[in-house]
Amino acid sequence: MLKIRNPQIKLLEKLTNAIAVSGDEGAIRKIVRAEIEDIADEIKTDAMGNLLVTKRGKGKKRLKVMLAAHMDEIGFMLVNKESDGLFEFAPLGGIDPRQLAGKPIWVGREKVPGVIGAAPIHLVSAGQYNSTIPIGSLRIDVGLGKPNVKVGDRATFATTFLRMGDSIRAKALDDRLGVAILIELLKNAPANIDLLAAFTVQEELGLRGAKVAAHALNPDLALAIDSTPAMDFPMHDGSENIRYNTKLGAGPAIYTVDGRTLSDPRIIRWLSETGDAKKIPYQYRQPGGGGTDAGSIHISRAGIPTGSVSVPGRYAHTAMGLCRIKDWENTLNLLHAALSDLSPKLLEKAR
Amino acid sequence: MKDLIKKLTETISPSGYESVIREIITEEIKDFADEIHVDALGNLIARKGSGGKKIMLAAHMDEIGLIVNHVDENGFARFSPLGTFLPHTLVGARVRFLNGTYGVVGAEYLKPATQTKLAPLNKMFIDTGASSPKDSPVKIGDVAALERPFHDLGKRLIAKSMDNRISVVILIETMRKLKKTEHEVYFVFTTQEEVQVRGALTSAFGIAPEIGIAIDICPVGDTPDSAKKEVSLGKGVSIKIKDPLMIADPRIVNWMIKGAEKAKIPYQREVSSLGSTDARAIQVAGAGAMVGGISIPCRYVHSPSEMVDYDDVKNTVKLLIALLEKKIKL
Repeated sequence: MLKIRNPQIKLLEKLTNAIAVSGDEGAIRKIVRAEIEDIADEIKTDAMGNLLVTKRGKGKKRLKVMLAAHMDEIGFMLVNKESDGLFEFAPLGGIDPRQLAGKPIWVGREKVPGVIGAAPIHLVSAGQYNSTIPIGSLRIDVGLGKPNVKVGDRATFATTFLRMGDSIRAKALDDRLGVAILIELLKNAPANIDLLAAFTVQEELGLRGAKVAAHALNPDLALAIDSTPAMDFPMHDGSENIRYNTKLGAGPAIYTVDGRTLSDPRIIRWLSETGDAKKIPYQYRQPGGGGTDAGSIHISRAGIPTGSVSVPGRYAHTAMGLCRIKDWENTLNLLHAALSDLSPKLLEKAR
Repeated sequence: MKDLIKKLTETISPSGYESVIREIITEEIKDFADEIHVDALGNLIARKGSGGKKIMLAAHMDEIGLIVNHVDENGFARFSPLGTFLPHTLVGARVRFLNGTYGVVGAEYLKPATQTKLAPLNKMFIDTGASSPKDSPVKIGDVAALERPFHDLGKRLIAKSMDNRISVVILIETMRKLKKTEHEVYFVFTTQEEVQVRGALTSAFGIAPEIGIAIDICPVGDTPDSAKKEVSLGKGVSIKIKDPLMIADPRIVNWMIKGAEKAKIPYQREVSSLGSTDARAIQVAGAGAMVGGISIPCRYVHSPSEMVDYDDVKNTVKLLIALLEKKIKL
């Protein structure tokens, strides 16, 4: 079994503290490249910015397996300069406007500090407490005399990585957890497969990077590695929580159905049976909406057998998420064990 | 043909889980195809003939279904839809799971103030007779579809999943009766149509046809106070001109209409404001294709009891054969 120890945690710290809002993923690409340069057989950055890394196995009848983890994170773009230091902004990716007012942020590649301002309580009437401030009424304030902040710059939440015992609190765990796992899988690549790692771009804008990556790689089978919300709280009225999506601490979340993909039943079975055999805890993500890179990959070309596995995490798409180190480790191990056992037999019988 | 309609409509095989229906179809067509294969998304692709035009006929074999997303502490199975359901048709409906379990759909009690409204799907559940997660015969990820027997009313037929098993039957019948064709015809039984038309996209990429025709049902406008639509049950094959996500190639529409007139087959012109078919995916797959659609008028679409007219069904087979037998000039 592989372990998550200090070097892995240090790497996740570096990955989550870096800024790579959709469409500008260079900072993460650079970190990933440095990590895997010495072990990869082939490295390529494609036209959209996907980092495609090949690690070949040995022996005959190797399946070409694409593993996708997206490098981008949700964030903002400055869209209009209102006055010196004050900018209107638009979201990049799905963001709940209730999460914004009063949050510190970083603007641009140089991490210029700023704040999403809001009216102080002194000037707010009681009737306004219960209403959401629309994004159009909020501004990013970077202070005076910042010539390096321009319209078109990206911004994201200014959250620094923190380890809290068994847990980690950081921004962009969606999907730096996946990126960290994919790096680890490259470093410990099973020899029975050709591993085609795709560190993808623009997932948060509609699974855009994965679409061209899958077309180019044309794999036999694919998995998206992501992070998915865990809302496993007691209900305020004591009723049973029936819409938790996933539960923290219950292991990797295997996807059956989401808004973009009906996972290949052969892959669901393969992953579940691996978990049972190796005694690695796993859970099924509640079937429902949302989507991962699998949504683009499985309908690429003449179709690709595809599934998804996620690390559960609380508070996705807000200023900071929270995950358990054990879930991260179990996800890595489930994937590693499943891939090590993978044979072309899995695909012999039609889905 | 009615026996086959009964057999196929009484089969449970929702989107993403088409292997059950695929096995039945494969048995029916294996003696009439020159070549059969199944692709990565489970599409069943059967070729007949060679030369002439490369034509893809698509009938989706999936049906709308339900997937368990939680079994609550009292054993009720909460679910997410596979495809689109109209909530008011679901309460009281019976379902059957792929593992053989039967259940009935119930809904939470609505507070008096909202009682006139319909319960949304997330306030519904499947009762399998279980009283706890432990004794529940189903678990998260298990899949079901509506359970209803086929009824033959003579001219009119009622069943669940007429959408789109009726078109599957039509394609099978066309394969059997088409003695010779000058074309390379692919009969494709597609998957995952009910969830954003996915199977047709990948099968069309693989085949790369010149002409694509989707065979599917279409809603009608001939019931009391129904939505306005020109198409009626029993008035002939519906030739698709446009739906919200696809504009049929005018050359294809012309070819179909001329073919129907020449063979004296009654037809209707269809402009649909609701729904779409495999044709929309075939049109834009790979380098693109000329597409059109042939629809079987159908009442009560996406309910547990969908009704079609048997003459419309027979006429659709006739039209397809008339179109495929001859040379095509577009």
